[in-house]
Amino acid sequence: MAELTYRDAVAAGIAQEMRRDPNVVFLGEDVAAAGGVFKATVGLLEEFGPKRVRDCPISEQAILGAAMGAAMTGLRPIAEIMFSDFLAVCWDIVANEMAKMRYMTNGQTAMPVVVRTANGAGSRFGAQHSQSLENWAMAVPGLKVVAPAYPADVKGLLAAAVRDNDPVVFFEQKSLYPMKGEVPDGEHYEPLGKAKVLRRGGDCTIVALAAMVHRAMDAAEVLKREHGIDATVIDVRSLVPLDTQTILTEVARTGHLVTVEENPRLCGWGAEIASIVTEECFWDLDGPIVRITTPHIPLPAADALEDNTLPSVARIVETVRTRID
Amino acid sequence: MSAIPRAKKPTFEIGRETRLELYRLQLELRMCEKRAFDLFLQNLIKGTSHLSLGQEAIAAAFGVAMRPDDWTFCTYRGHAHTLARGVSMASVLGELMGRECGLLAGKGGSMHLTDVERGVMGSYAIIGAHLPIAAGAAWSAQYRGTQQVSVCFFGDGTTNIGAFHEALNFAVVWKLPVVFVCENNLYMEYTPIGAVTAVPNPAGDRAAAYGLPSIVVDGNDADIMYETAVTAITKAREGGGPSLIEARTYRHSGHSRADPAKYRPAGELEEWLKRDPVPTYRERLLRLGVSEGTLKGIEDDTQRKVDEATAIAKASPTPSLDLIDKDVWADGSTAWRN
Repeated sequence: MAELTYRDAVAAGIAQEMRRDPNVVFLGEDVAAAGGVFKATVGLLEEFGPKRVRDCPISEQAILGAAMGAAMTGLRPIAEIMFSDFLAVCWDIVANEMAKMRYMTNGQTAMPVVVRTANGAGSRFGAQHSQSLENWAMAVPGLKVVAPAYPADVKGLLAAAVRDNDPVVFFEQKSLYPMKGEVPDGEHYEPLGKAKVLRRGGDCTIVALAAMVHRAMDAAEVLKREHGIDATVIDVRSLVPLDTQTILTEVARTGHLVTVEENPRLCGWGAEIASIVTEECFWDLDGPIVRITTPHIPLPAADALEDNTLPSVARIVETVRTRID
Repeated sequence: MSAIPRAKKPTFEIGRETRLELYRLQLELRMCEKRAFDLFLQNLIKGTSHLSLGQEAIAAAFGVAMRPDDWTFCTYRGHAHTLARGVSMASVLGELMGRECGLLAGKGGSMHLTDVERGVMGSYAIIGAHLPIAAGAAWSAQYRGTQQVSVCFFGDGTTNIGAFHEALNFAVVWKLPVVFVCENNLYMEYTPIGAVTAVPNPAGDRAAAYGLPSIVVDGNDADIMYETAVTAITKAREGGGPSLIEARTYRHSGHSRADPAKYRPAGELEEWLKRDPVPTYRERLLRLGVSEGTLKGIEDDTQRKVDEATAIAKASPTPSLDLIDKDVWADGSTAWRN
């Protein structure tokens, strides 16, 4: 086991796949010579050269269009969209083209492409550089959607995304880039579509994603220590495919479900999980499902404002303590 | 609106066999599109459809000029470009009619014709999207050293969308083997292109912005188009990078089947019908010494093939409902959860 930051795990994951398969190529804005604006791709240009690691103009449609055309004709591109908010300017390529091509053509086309993007809040960047947009991708049939919380999962799930033959939107939570964690030595691969139970308790099940996983874990500690509430925490990791079996099993065992979502309230991924749980294990529930989300507002920039919009450890603790009893 | 470029003699000799193939293919595209129109009127084709009647010389010339492993990217007005790569008329008409024998078994419809085996890498119904995608395929060819070329067809209206600019700049900077072909049929949907565009030649006048020469040619002359296609494809194949071609042409019918094209000034259609690419090419072949009998033979043969294709499509059943739940993912499934 080596200790890597979340950011170094990105470069390690890309490098692992580029060493393994000469058809893996990487493109984006400032990704090669500059090593990425978040320094998550440092060293790739030096190791793999300018033919495989390519800087692009500020042309998100061209970047993703080029990645798609290359994916349809034999390459396995990894494309970076610097901030997930910028997906709005190239969403046509993601939602209308990459996602639908195989189905529309009766299975003729291959689409092994990964769209990596820095997602989420915590950096005081304001409403156009801090959004949590996994739900946009989750709503489009034909896209796989991954959002890791730990460096080991960054590397392992990125490997799975690159080897997958379908388009994968890979959301990296930008406030986690400096976070350190153990990453297995040698080749590391984690299959898509498997949620991870991080701790088991008998009183409630907290389901979280990306940065919210860490807050859920911290909240679970406080709940146990100060309130005698023993929570299960699940890291969803992959929204599509969604590991509903792990979630249903744990909710049935604990009788309570709380989701912790960084996204604004409406149509968050937690709503879909709440709907599935209601339909499929309603009689195992001992109380209402509770969703903890960012309010339905554009994110404010100032640290005091941003901190008070995102679900915090204190809010999770308070919500669980008062609603789950 | 600038003048239509006058037909001029090609600078290289086009052989008799090539010319006969150019005629045969234009005729096939014409007759198949006319048949598609008839099938609409019989309510056998549903949804929308965008015909290339009057624009056949461009698709036919590129179809003849391209290598079998080159790639075509077309728009929703893509029946002609698809047929021009050798895709069967029965599978195209079958797709328009929503039948099992359709190219996409009815899952795509008129606007998404695709035949990967024949290099037709998709018909794209969102204006501009396929320009960067065609550039990406060209990147793949460049990366793998296959000398394949991407050819991307689009209309005059596309020159005003952002993806056009992004793709042109990107393709030039990366020196990609892609040929961008603007079919300027004078109308973006229902509006004259000149009324909404800053320059008279929507593609030609923009070429300089990407360091490319302005190429504006008569899109109704199959010989001129063939020479233009061979030149641009050869340049791309030999590592010379992209080309941007503006081919002047005219849509004989409206934008889509819902459009009677009443916005056209009186006499405009009649003027362009005098320059109809199919009969004018026939006259040229006769002048060049091809016999009436040879041409009549091609015409009868093509008509027979269109009739046969129509019969096959009409006889084909509607698609199996099993297809609804297939092929979202590479494993053939539609499953999003366990």
